[in-house]
Amino acid sequence: MKFRVNGTAYKLDPLPGEMLADLLRSRLGLTGTKIGCNEAECGACTVLVDGLPVLSCSYPAARVEGKDVLTIEGLAAVPGIDARIEDLHPLQQAFVLHGAVQCGFCIPGQIMTAGALLQTNPDPSEAEIRHALKDTLCRCAGYPTILRSIQAAAYALRTGEPVPPPSVAVSGDAGAHATIGHLQPRPDAVAKVTGAAKFTDDLHFEGMLHACVKRAGVPHAFLRKLDVEKARALPGVAAVLTAAGLPGERNHGIVIPDWPVMVGVGERVRYVGDAVAIVAAEQREIALQALELIVAEYDLQPVVAGPVQARQADAPSLHAGGNLLKHIKVRKGDVAEGFAQADVVLEHTFYTAITDHAFLEPECSIARPVQDERGAGHQRMEVYVGSQIPYADRNQVARALGWSEERVRIIGQLMGGGFGGKEDIAGQIHAALLAQATGRPVKLLFDRHESLLVHPKRHSTQIRVKVGARKDGMLTAVETELYGDTGAYASLGEKVLTRATTHSSGPYEAPHARADCYAMYTNNPPAGAFRGFGVTQSAFAVESMMDMLAEKLGLDPVALRRMNALRVGSVTNTGQVLEESVGLLECIQRVEAEMYRRAGDQPFRAQVVPGQPHKRRAWGFAVAYKNTGLGGGAPDKAGAEVELYSDGSLEVRTSSAELGQGLVTILQMTVAEEFQVAPERVRVLVMDTDLTPDGGPTTASRQTYVTGNAARHAAQALRQAIASSLAEKYDCPPEQVRFIEGLAQVGDQRLPLGEVVELLKAEGRQPRALYEYWAPTTKPLGEGGKMHFAYGFAAQAAQVEVNTLTGEVRVLCLIAANDVGRALNPLGLQGQVEGGAMMGLGNALTEQFVVENGQVITDRLARYRIPSIELTPEIVSIVVEHPTSEGPYGAKGVGELVSIPTTPAITNAIYHAVGMRVDRLPVNQELLLSTL
Amino acid sequence: MTNWNCYYLAPSIEDALQALAKAKGPARLVAGGTDLLLELQQGRQAVVDTLVDVTQIPELNTLEVRAGRLFIGAAVPLHRLVDVSLVRQHAQALVEACGQVGGPQVRNVATLGGNVAHALPAADGSIALHALDAQAELAGINGRRRLPLTDLYLGPGRSILAESGELLVGFWLPLGQPGQASAFRRVMRPQGVALPVLNLAAWVQRDGDRLAGVRIAVGPAGPKPLRALQTEQTLLGQPLDEPTLAKANESLLGEARFRTSPQRATAEYRRHLAGVLLRQVLALAWERAGNEIPR
Repeated sequence: MKFRVNGTAYKLDPLPGEMLADLLRSRLGLTGTKIGCNEAECGACTVLVDGLPVLSCSYPAARVEGKDVLTIEGLAAVPGIDARIEDLHPLQQAFVLHGAVQCGFCIPGQIMTAGALLQTNPDPSEAEIRHALKDTLCRCAGYPTILRSIQAAAYALRTGEPVPPPSVAVSGDAGAHATIGHLQPRPDAVAKVTGAAKFTDDLHFEGMLHACVKRAGVPHAFLRKLDVEKARALPGVAAVLTAAGLPGERNHGIVIPDWPVMVGVGERVRYVGDAVAIVAAEQREIALQALELIVAEYDLQPVVAGPVQARQADAPSLHAGGNLLKHIKVRKGDVAEGFAQADVVLEHTFYTAITDHAFLEPECSIARPVQDERGAGHQRMEVYVGSQIPYADRNQVARALGWSEERVRIIGQLMGGGFGGKEDIAGQIHAALLAQATGRPVKLLFDRHESLLVHPKRHSTQIRVKVGARKDGMLTAVETELYGDTGAYASLGEKVLTRATTHSSGPYEAPHARADCYAMYTNNPPAGAFRGFGVTQSAFAVESMMDMLAEKLGLDPVALRRMNALRVGSVTNTGQVLEESVGLLECIQRVEAEMYRRAGDQPFRAQVVPGQPHKRRAWGFAVAYKNTGLGGGAPDKAGAEVELYSDGSLEVRTSSAELGQGLVTILQMTVAEEFQVAPERVRVLVMDTDLTPDGGPTTASRQTYVTGNAARHAAQALRQAIASSLAEKYDCPPEQVRFIEGLAQVGDQRLPLGEVVELLKAEGRQPRALYEYWAPTTKPLGEGGKMHFAYGFAAQAAQVEVNTLTGEVRVLCLIAANDVGRALNPLGLQGQVEGGAMMGLGNALTEQFVVENGQVITDRLARYRIPSIELTPEIVSIVVEHPTSEGPYGAKGVGELVSIPTTPAITNAIYHAVGMRVDRLPVNQELLLSTL
Repeated sequence: MTNWNCYYLAPSIEDALQALAKAKGPARLVAGGTDLLLELQQGRQAVVDTLVDVTQIPELNTLEVRAGRLFIGAAVPLHRLVDVSLVRQHAQALVEACGQVGGPQVRNVATLGGNVAHALPAADGSIALHALDAQAELAGINGRRRLPLTDLYLGPGRSILAESGELLVGFWLPLGQPGQASAFRRVMRPQGVALPVLNLAAWVQRDGDRLAGVRIAVGPAGPKPLRALQTEQTLLGQPLDEPTLAKANESLLGEARFRTSPQRATAEYRRHLAGVLLRQVLALAWERAGNEIPR
């Protein structure tokens, strides 16, 4: 077979069953083409064949006979890792400059799809771009920015002019800083738009085996019999391991070790994704074949299908301690007294669905045994994986191997999205066990089906909200009762549902509050961290209730919220006095103003669309708050190290994770700011447990604050060390040493930073500083006082259009204001805001992970729909900056906050449009229609 | 566990039929493969040894007016159907239907032949073809034959092609005449599988303010795409007014067998939407047919 790829002619025959993506990735090493779903749903694998975009994951390689293939690697004039931005195709340039690149996994597909569009349509309208990119999904959901990038590139291609810059406003504080508060593209953006960026599955090692996992496939059972002999005997199989003879601990778990590495004979299977055996073979196909040869027999048990059932006395007990993971309580004042004072009391129960992160990069781990370089004669294990908590992976892998932690090195890789779904162990332990047993590198790649079955989800909840208020709208009491489905294993369930509970009365000051949450084990896939961390669920309930209350009292829903909103001096329902940085009122005011500017004076009254009498439009409003950091008394710390090199460049190192959210840019900017150098002079190394200090888990919107502070302090410590050296040498006070434009300035003397390195070394000092930052201490729930050291606040308004003939709902516009303390990188913030809002929109309208009696129905991406560019409304971002004193430059967390108010803003808008109160997510258009 | 051993790019219909007959193991025809290959990958189709690819066969890629009819080769990718003015001119419903199948990447390889051969009761392209009174041309070892599209279907996912070993060559559509037009609409839901909750296509011929001809197809409304013949009878010769539409609606609910699909739609919802789409699509086709020269 003859064909051309990126202009190079090849003569290569197709292999049996080979798809074009396999040919490109495995045989030609062109790993810029990504496989996100392998089922023709996500578009990440898009390449051009004779100029037309096709999905290479399901395009037989044999079909390229005589054809021209163009991949992302063939787009730039100068391909590869060293490309400079000016070498790139205008589309690539625009994606970098406009901040369309976040995790980057979908970007090759986006750019190739867009490239094909621009070839036939040099000046596409917004609608034409949406149409062309309909099936090229982005889970970071920077769709509006992707759209603007394509328009900018189209302009550059049409006119020959440079790519126009983005029109994103700088921070209100930008004037005080050289770098912080200004727009900064990601340090890894160029590699991500050229296809040079490597994700775990893009790595290959000599002699590498491929692993697959035999999953139970039944939700509740005892494993009666397991026979792996036939699988072991299959030629090409290197190892088959079972729970019998595990070298180390039998369970893993990020908080509670209750999750079996493998279920052994006689032991309990608790969900369909439980592992019973693992296989490593020379090829993935052989490993898959081996799985078929494994015989597992089960004694099926009655299934615990939901949290309410799980709490009933006669429910089968899934864990030694029963089905109750935790009863979480919030108490403030006396709700009975509060309800007695109320003129109106309302009560309603809301239900939220299980949802999946659907990060576009499925989980992949490669474990590689290596000899200890330090000569101890030990083997060590390197694990290449995209993980949100590298040090926790190290700990859990080491325990499972029966080794000391020092013998395991996690080498974190670029992550194609995480959103909380890459905090737990996925394949790390299994790959390491197989590598330990075989002495060879082992890759364990989940396909989308396995990813959907196995990893922890967002908790489905049942939330009863009871509110009491006076006639004037002042809340007198809020009582909530939550049931959370934490699935088969604890994961982060207790923490997630604690957050759901503490936030369940909303960002309001109620004199009396009471909340009870029952975090229940069931036979569903485990539930754990997912952007919003429980608050997504409780905010939907309480914000729906606030609208119901406003209607009951005949008050404006915005006014009701404003009246009760948390402000400086308020006491939260956990007893925390808010001392500073509470921008909620400004968020409310600015969203309200923008909404009225667009809607006229009746935003909450349904409008009939002119010429389409069956369509009705209205606005909805919602607010939210979300803690920054772990809180609740947990020690919250991060280490960072900053080093100066003799070429004058700097490096900042921390194990904190980059999953697309933009931490690496924040760290780069922070160090650049402290040393007054260009950001490009600062390298960022993250997620390597040998080379980077522990930055703690990347969760709870904490990294900009905690690791950001660590990097800032480390940079300042290094600066001070340099200053004192120079002060000594030049005999001046250290305060007179300044850092300007890559130079150290002492009086009239100016030294390039690189020379300072030599100076320090000559003094026997290392040109680096390590800093371990401890965030302000917090109090456990129940003790009152400061439960969290900072909160972000948000308000959103959504405009929807409901088709009263079909029940279809469309979101036309979202206005989102977020109090982020300080916008350190407004470009990255824009991506977080847009992507977060889209995730909230998905949570309202498209996403529903269906499990029936423990069996997963939505086991393919085709059955679990995440929002596409076609569903993307206009998103107006308003940045509110109420700095928090201890945050780096005043910043607090933003990653989760941005997505939380979207769902209730949409469902409240639906109510205003057609009078249907959505109390069950996602919105069911058929149900909606039946209520009209 | 490979999905196939041999992938054969057939240069002609004869070669394809021979390859199919001579294959060592189970063999199947494949065109765009956007459904079939996924079903093979996911183990939802029996394992095959040989896939015989028909996308390179010139006749199957032909799109032209031939012998007073519009001929659409079975392997013409959907994007061409959407882009080519000839189809727009004679088969607007088909353009609207094919324009909504998948995304651009899928439409660049998916074919109308595949859409029909997959034999799903609510495939967008097939529904439009039914309303456009398409005939299918088949080629077998014993020669060629033409038959009405509906005769191809045996049940959900089953057509006569599998048993007869024939190959779909293409579709013959009547050319549009002044006073005639067609339209297609569907309703989706945002969750779950991207299959239509309901789709409906209509072709009309206007004679002044009366319907001189009408064809309606709807899915899923039974095991096969449904030509709503009784409904058509109700409408024939009538003006397109509310009393007629109400009768037609009633007639459609009488002859269509709408069912409940878990996680997708109840039968009641489909019954409601059938009325909505019937009115919408007929009105659209009626309006188009009112223009002197059909577009």
